[in-house]
Amino acid sequence: MLWLAVVASGLYHGVNPGMGWPLAVSAGLMERSPRALASALWPLAVGHLLAMLLVILPFALLVTLVEWQRQIQIGASLLVIAFGVFRLVGRSHPRALARIPPTQLGLWSFAVAIAHGAGLMLVPIYLGLCREASLDRGHAAADALINTSVSMAVLVALVHAAAMIAAGGCLAWLVYRYLGLKFVSRSWFNLDMSWAISLVLVGAIALALSVAG
Amino acid sequence: MTIRPDPTFHASPKLAMEAPPESFAYTLLLSPDFSKPDALAVVDVKPGSSTYSKVVHTVTMPNKGDEFHHFGWNACSSALSPLAGHAFLERRYLIIPGIRSSRIYIIDTKPDPTSAKIHKIIEPEEIFRKTGYSRPHTVHCGPEGIYVSTLGGGGKDGTDGPPGVFIMDCQTFEVLGRWEIDRGSQNLHYDFWWNLPRDYMVTSEWGLPPQFENGIVPEDLLANKYGHRIHFWDLRARRNVQTIDLGANHQMALEVRPAHDPVREYGFLGVVVDTTNLEGSIWTWWREGGKFHIEKTATVPPEPATKEQLPPLLQGFGAVPPLISDIDLSMDDKFLYVSCWGTGEMRQYDVTDPRKPKLAGSVHIGGIARRTPHPNGKAYGGGPQMVEISRDGKRVYWTNSLYSTWDDQFYPGGVPGAEVMANASPGGGLALAKDYWVGFPDGYRAHQIRLDGGDCSTDSFCYPSV
Repeated sequence: MLWLAVVASGLYHGVNPGMGWPLAVSAGLMERSPRALASALWPLAVGHLLAMLLVILPFALLVTLVEWQRQIQIGASLLVIAFGVFRLVGRSHPRALARIPPTQLGLWSFAVAIAHGAGLMLVPIYLGLCREASLDRGHAAADALINTSVSMAVLVALVHAAAMIAAGGCLAWLVYRYLGLKFVSRSWFNLDMSWAISLVLVGAIALALSVAG
Repeated sequence: MTIRPDPTFHASPKLAMEAPPESFAYTLLLSPDFSKPDALAVVDVKPGSSTYSKVVHTVTMPNKGDEFHHFGWNACSSALSPLAGHAFLERRYLIIPGIRSSRIYIIDTKPDPTSAKIHKIIEPEEIFRKTGYSRPHTVHCGPEGIYVSTLGGGGKDGTDGPPGVFIMDCQTFEVLGRWEIDRGSQNLHYDFWWNLPRDYMVTSEWGLPPQFENGIVPEDLLANKYGHRIHFWDLRARRNVQTIDLGANHQMALEVRPAHDPVREYGFLGVVVDTTNLEGSIWTWWREGGKFHIEKTATVPPEPATKEQLPPLLQGFGAVPPLISDIDLSMDDKFLYVSCWGTGEMRQYDVTDPRKPKLAGSVHIGGIARRTPHPNGKAYGGGPQMVEISRDGKRVYWTNSLYSTWDDQFYPGGVPGAEVMANASPGGGLALAKDYWVGFPDGYRAHQIRLDGGDCSTDSFCYPSV
């Protein structure tokens, strides 16, 4: 169920034009080559992946503090809710992102994922997964726990980014090959509000679960 | 902010051309003797409408002496790049700078153009304080918000420091500050535009405020002291990367028109006058091997005239210079329109091969010596000046005033505001529409035109036409 959430959030991020797939279409059309489209997808995927890791990895280290697990989970949930509220109130896009040159798609993808809290959305899901894993194994040694939590973080980030770029890449390819550029504006919905609400919701569910559990 | 992108935003120039035609032409009106406040006129351009080619609404400003010149939209098709991060802006507000007062008006054109009204006024002091620039001029919407070029630096006469570009927030219209980080040797300014995916800006040069505010300074012109260089910039890094001097005799390098299709790395520049022979010229610039290049690709010769036909300023020359004051490129990058304000001619060049423009069409109207009337019989003061092309490339609109004090020097008989339209044939050729003639209230002159839904000198694109 939680893995499904990892994949679903990846798909959600991937189809959102704001996360970059139209840039791959533009790159493909500018060079008139599907290869250029594909090579623009790489930096988008890597940037997104690194942004996920940057946000989740600190939690991977915190998870080892077993006795504080519940507090960490509550704290993380509140953080996600707070960021969602922050996005809801001040919905503007940070202007600094517009300074990133179009040739640095990886950096842009990283920055946009951080700025919009894409990684934060994964944190409660990740913590849930860690809890499931440690329940199975009872009380393991600290170093084993670190191994588990870090590799779990990498796996979560990888699966999420793979889903994200698969969705975005498919859409980019379809627009490039079949649907045409009209689809760029047609498929674009203002997700700022629902994005912020998603953050609040994910945080709230996680909070409820950790309080109940 | 909207839920869907504005329907007038188009990913590519081709999609913009296929969009519904324009319904309204916004036209700036200026009071040349500053006795009345300047105004924005909304002209009905829907064929068959009972008010066709008539002013259906006027927004009159609360101040006098602003001197309206150029203006632009708060948002355009450039918003459809995820890099810009503001896909849900509306093309709704017109940003109108007064080049004499340095005041900027933000006009709200919704819910209906015929009820357009003032949304916000930015006082000159705010621009001086936040940017150190004065005399705001060209407006473009882009990745960092609204970019505004200026003609003057600080101080009373605008010569304290170089002029440049400043940025405004595209939602709050707050003046944010200077755009340039490294301007290199750039010290004059006029127009600018860019290629967004290729990440460069191009800027041009007119002259400093003392060289234009009280009229053209003939001594400065003959001493080649007006601008004659073109600058190329790294758009995101805000750095001047290359400056090319056209040669000092090429005085006043004004309008910059890059190809709309971002895959095409070239564009055009109009030069008002060559002081060695009074020619006007068209230049083509392009990027090759990481460097920019430019060459003169078309010239328009002066026309001989008798002393009686000429204003005092030109009597010593015995000829009328064409005075290329504006150029505009059709959305498909196929036709370049060239306003010859002195000789009274609108030229249409086929620029399919950008470095070999071919004259494809021409109409005469007005002119210092020719004084060609409109086909409807009315006299047309001045000559073809600010030109705007419909997105589909079929209609070309223009007005007749250049700049208050310059109008008086070149056309001492007066330049009553007029706006005309010519139909362009798809294969080339231009003919004035007999039924399109916009007269404006007495005492007003007409300057730049903007079309609702975007036009050929507003929208820039992040995806090529394929």
